[in-house]
Amino acid sequence: MENVELQQDQVAIPTYTELPYYRKQVRIALRNCGIINPQRIEDYIARGGYLALAKALTEMTPDEVIGVMKESKLRGRGGAGFVTGIKWEFARRSPARPKYVICNADEGDPGAFMDRSILEGDPHSVIEGMAIAAYAIGSEEGYIYCRAEYPLAIAHLKTAIQQARDYGFLGKNILGSNFNFDLHIKEGAGAFVCGEETALMASIEGRRGEPRPRPPFPAVSGLWSKPSNVNNVKSYAMTPQIILNGAEWFASIGTENSPGTAIFALTGKINRTGLIEVPMGITLREIIYDIGGGIPGGKKFKAVQTGGPLGGCLPAEALDTPVDFDSLVQAGATMGSGGMIVVDEDTCMVEFAKYFLTFASAESCGKCVPCRIGGRRLLEVLTRISNGEGKPEDLDEIEYISRNMKEASLCALGQLTPGPVMASLRFFRSEYEAHIYDKKCPAKVCKGLITYRVIEENCTGCMVCKRNCPAGAISGEKREVHYIDPSICERCGICITVCKFDAILIE
Amino acid sequence: MSETFEDQTFDLAPLLEILEGYKDQKGAVIPILQRTQEVYGYLPKPILKEISKRMRIPLSRIQGVATFYAQFHLKRRGRHLIRVCDGTACHVKGAMKTVDVIHEQLETPPGGSSPDYKYTLEIVYCLGSCGLAPVVVVDEKVYGQTEPDKLVRQLKRLD
Repeated sequence: MENVELQQDQVAIPTYTELPYYRKQVRIALRNCGIINPQRIEDYIARGGYLALAKALTEMTPDEVIGVMKESKLRGRGGAGFVTGIKWEFARRSPARPKYVICNADEGDPGAFMDRSILEGDPHSVIEGMAIAAYAIGSEEGYIYCRAEYPLAIAHLKTAIQQARDYGFLGKNILGSNFNFDLHIKEGAGAFVCGEETALMASIEGRRGEPRPRPPFPAVSGLWSKPSNVNNVKSYAMTPQIILNGAEWFASIGTENSPGTAIFALTGKINRTGLIEVPMGITLREIIYDIGGGIPGGKKFKAVQTGGPLGGCLPAEALDTPVDFDSLVQAGATMGSGGMIVVDEDTCMVEFAKYFLTFASAESCGKCVPCRIGGRRLLEVLTRISNGEGKPEDLDEIEYISRNMKEASLCALGQLTPGPVMASLRFFRSEYEAHIYDKKCPAKVCKGLITYRVIEENCTGCMVCKRNCPAGAISGEKREVHYIDPSICERCGICITVCKFDAILIE
Repeated sequence: MSETFEDQTFDLAPLLEILEGYKDQKGAVIPILQRTQEVYGYLPKPILKEISKRMRIPLSRIQGVATFYAQFHLKRRGRHLIRVCDGTACHVKGAMKTVDVIHEQLETPPGGSSPDYKYTLEIVYCLGSCGLAPVVVVDEKVYGQTEPDKLVRQLKRLD
């Protein structure tokens, strides 16, 4: 760790758990990541691996397994937060055969990489969790749907599945229990919407990954119209620990309605970035300042975006919000699958919202109108505002489109696409108004509203900016003050990066 | 057996081998297209027609799948694939500057190829390496904390 600060009363070399980055963390799903060799099943077994599967198969009935999961109140870590045990119970009660267990590893949120880390660093925990789920619901076949952008995760999964078969944790008659279960890997092909469970199953079937209305829910009619249970990587990875240590242990961590831990990919303008696993109920402030070490370069915290492109941002006033499924929604953001992006004063909230909207609207599958057209229209309005062509009625327009998308879209992608815009408009309305009424971008980001100017006193006429300007917008001779022509300038900012004399300013 | 398209001739033997490997699998269209693209570099029309014919799946459905997923390409691509990550962390750290510089200096527009098919430039969303932002992946090699000018110099050195 680079950012170790030794206090005088500390022992000279602290263990890593005493470091500020780790001190407040509780690692359940990430317990093995970085500790074991993920390509050796022996390492996993040495850390108590497959003991939970053995316990479930030899000491528990499927109903007892579901009972423990329900009692633990584990809520789906994919983002929606539905109680996993209840989902399993629905799938168990479905009479049709065969049944499928599916792992959603189509982690598509920009800025999130926790699923990838678990699959790469501890693939057996996911396999064990899926085998336990299969036993509980009465399934013999499972699929892991992993995005193709994660080749190492796929490679480690393949190795792990083969090892589990060799050791008799997958295949026929597992541990002499008459329970059969085997796994396949399906590689995604680059469609964000495939993280939606019905779209994911369509993709496994080899079709376009378009969602369909629910009900029927996957537990009744899922993959190939058979009962299916879809959970996120993290939910499966936590399952063995819950079975081993009991529901009470799990429920004792976190809050009453959101027990256990949350995993976040802490990124953006923050000193210590990386994956963290924290007990639910911890505040955003503790995460950003105690674990993340605050904002670099003495800049001011502006907002934190949780829930990825379908989540929302929260301002400084919300820093004491406890992090759990319900509190985050109440505050105006979402848990999502766990991206946490910190931005400082240099980020324009209009541009930030536009960025997420560009992503989400491009990923609309196009099946339902509110999402396909709504996202597009919303993006047009935001583009207009960030170009300095915003009209006063645009803010009402944003609210109108957002409300309709939220109410009328077919799946969560369309329903949540307006989320980041709504949240930033709610908490940073003055920035929108500055763009519209004053034609100013307070963070000096939006290209249509800023100009680059040479500070005459500082310019030495070294010609570096002139040479590097891709647009050829800078004129001036050697040792003479340069001039930037705003009508040619592309506002790319290269001149500021290359200038050694702080002679260029944005207005 | 071979097919000619866009001044290129395609040997169908590897395709037949791929199709044979997935013969009895349910829902194999996507993995077949993935393996096919690995061999041919993209999904040329005659190849898609051949897949349709041999799998007895209407070409419209194959085309539907091929156009739905971002991973599949129906157009010829450059020898080197430059993927600039515009995920949140990279975006905040200036990914689009890199795109502008590559466009300008290597004549490679985002989503397109250079006239000599040396480079293809793609903007992608999050490669899951946000700690290294801004990230650019050239072919299989990951470049972290990139600086546009330095990167272009490295790109020019490629074959």
